[in-house]
Amino acid sequence: MTKSILLVGVGGQGTILISKILTVGLTRMGYQVKMSEIHGMSQRGGSVSTQIKYGDDVYAPNIGLAEADMVISFEKSEALRALPYLKKGGTLITDEREIYPMPVLSGEQSYPHDAIETLKQRVDNVIVIRAAETAEKLGSIKAQNIVLLGALVKAMGLDGVDWKALVSAMVPPKAVEMNLAAYDAGYNME
Amino acid sequence: MHMEMLSGNEAVARGVYEAGCHVAAAYPGTPSTEILENIGEKYKDSIYCQWACNEKTAVEIAGGASIGGARAFAAMKHVGMNVAADPIFTLAYSGVNGGFVFVSADDPGCHSSQNEQDNRLYAPHAKIAMLEPSDSAECRDYAKAAFDISEQFDTLVMLRMTTRVCHSKSLVALEERKNVPVKKYVRDPKKNAMLPAHSRVRHIYREEMLKKLEEYSNDCPFNRVEDNGSRIGIITSGIAYQHAKEVFGNTADYLKLGLTYPLPHKLIADFAKKYATLYVIEENDPYLEDAVHALGFINAIGKARIPICGELNARIIRDALLPGTAQEGYEPVADIPARPPTLCAGCPHRGFFYALTKYLNKSIVPIGDIGCYTLGINAPLNALDATICMGAGISSIIGLAKALEMQGDTRKPLGCVGDSTFFHSGMTSLMDVVAADANVIACVLDNSITAMTGHQDNPGTAKNLMGEPSPMLDIERLARATGINPDHVRVVDPLDIEAVHAAIDAALNVKGPFVIITKRPCALIKEVQKANANKHCVIDAQKCRGCKQCMKIACPAIAFEGGKARIFDPASCTGCGLCAHMCRFGAIERRGE
Repeated sequence: MTKSILLVGVGGQGTILISKILTVGLTRMGYQVKMSEIHGMSQRGGSVSTQIKYGDDVYAPNIGLAEADMVISFEKSEALRALPYLKKGGTLITDEREIYPMPVLSGEQSYPHDAIETLKQRVDNVIVIRAAETAEKLGSIKAQNIVLLGALVKAMGLDGVDWKALVSAMVPPKAVEMNLAAYDAGYNME
Repeated sequence: MHMEMLSGNEAVARGVYEAGCHVAAAYPGTPSTEILENIGEKYKDSIYCQWACNEKTAVEIAGGASIGGARAFAAMKHVGMNVAADPIFTLAYSGVNGGFVFVSADDPGCHSSQNEQDNRLYAPHAKIAMLEPSDSAECRDYAKAAFDISEQFDTLVMLRMTTRVCHSKSLVALEERKNVPVKKYVRDPKKNAMLPAHSRVRHIYREEMLKKLEEYSNDCPFNRVEDNGSRIGIITSGIAYQHAKEVFGNTADYLKLGLTYPLPHKLIADFAKKYATLYVIEENDPYLEDAVHALGFINAIGKARIPICGELNARIIRDALLPGTAQEGYEPVADIPARPPTLCAGCPHRGFFYALTKYLNKSIVPIGDIGCYTLGINAPLNALDATICMGAGISSIIGLAKALEMQGDTRKPLGCVGDSTFFHSGMTSLMDVVAADANVIACVLDNSITAMTGHQDNPGTAKNLMGEPSPMLDIERLARATGINPDHVRVVDPLDIEAVHAAIDAALNVKGPFVIITKRPCALIKEVQKANANKHCVIDAQKCRGCKQCMKIACPAIAFEGGKARIFDPASCTGCGLCAHMCRFGAIERRGE
């Protein structure tokens, strides 16, 4: 059985590092893993996505509509955008963080501040976490991704590998402590 | 055996290394860039590698290495192969001395490209062998085998990848580097100098070699049948194989093709004849399907149901071939604001494009090119009218000037290219401008890096791919070397709006070519980021009158909320001060100088 996780956010939010940690951890758990990301133009402040699939036999690396078991969003409105990729019954984790896109910054379009309510009306399993805010309190918004990693490990039931050891090995040495605290905060949230 | 999680690009670099390759060159282009980056980072002790000015020179560098007896490699994105097609088509006749393999990385879905051309069609056109890997393990295997195929059949080998193969990671078993000595260079003009008399002979030879290659293709382990005892047959290659497996699993039989030019016609016919239900699953053009139909299997279903346009995924194939079997999902939410890519906070191009807005629809027609600055076309700047391809930002304005003149339109075309694009092909365009005495403004937006593809060095950065210092080519001196009137070349800071205006005014006041070079490094270059670390702007809410003047520069660090502007993202603000320049009420101040 293959599981699919779609990570979405805004260029520059650190989706790549957590997918790296995830692929290493999932491989250690004995799964076949494929990870797919898009580089290039979209990184300039556009919507970005990383896709991870794991299981016994994984073929296609990318995720189509209604194929994701989990969507994890680093930004509220991106969770809305990614919704059609979630399968019915899947889990959606989103940060409450708002990052305004250019049409909102310039006042041409309005930001969907009610995104969480919209999501909760439609999806049974919505987990809302204040990852960016928590990370900022712990020392740097850069640890937002690791807060989300903690929440994801819990929600997908991926215990069985020492995720904290992986985090320690893959973040800058002077940021280890903060990131471990971030992981715990994400894991224990809600 | 050491296993590593590698992207397709990393795996190709590994395969090239393991194959004992000696010389590698490329021009950066998404989705191919990381191949040469990896060779530079990990294997430069074994492989001479360099960023070339463009894809044509990259292939020529590799071509010379191959003639000289070294194993040679080049990489490019799909549109780069158009640039490199000239040497490729002729080297195809010559064949190789040292094996010659190159990557064409196509971009179905146009994630970062101006078109989604299917470069598989180049292989029969150029008469060269083609391999199509479908995951990272195959990327390594095929890249490695390609050098042997190249030498065995005296042919260039194209490794055709696509975005999802390039940028997906899966496990690869690493092997040792083969020790392949450089072959002796021997003068052989009948093989290596394609004069008409030689070419005619080599063409006949090439056709004979293709027949031998086709025989090999029928037996090649990369072309294999997966027999699951099904009544459904699927012919597929590349990433489409993975999608097909995802949808049909073991409920279909597969002919999985890895060596896709020359196609294994016998193998295809033997497979196809067994199935009443026969699918050809491939991305973009019906390359395989046309061949299957030509063999008489008109029952084969492909593009009649699977879209030609856009990137495929398993869901799209499921809907096309097994309608009604997809999982249930959720309807899209309406009215989500779009999130288009934008020029970064502190981007030097922003100042230049804002300065242009004063002249739009009045005295200039602005034309762009390929790079970060293409984003100047978006609202609210709307500072570009058209883009074609690398270098066209300067050459196209020559013809545009004539067309405007012929219809009595007095506006002057202004074309812009970046520094890397100037070295790529903008330089020859500028020579055309000067030689034609064209009445145009040619601009080079020099941000001291090849930015869009992720900061690769170029001839203007004084550093090469091997990490060594290199001579710095000076764009101003190159421009002046064309012999253009010395008063018609200006170098300005793009964030100095008055200076840009003065330069454009000067250009509009003269007839004939005028060159404007804007110089300021990309805000994301590490040293620049360090220098700007403490700089940022603040907006005094008391003084802000809500006139939205500062919103006209489309800076992602500024938001307009509740009738006031504010610095929305101070962390990304570099304190460039362009917004302060815009504010008529002195509400914006730069801090941390």
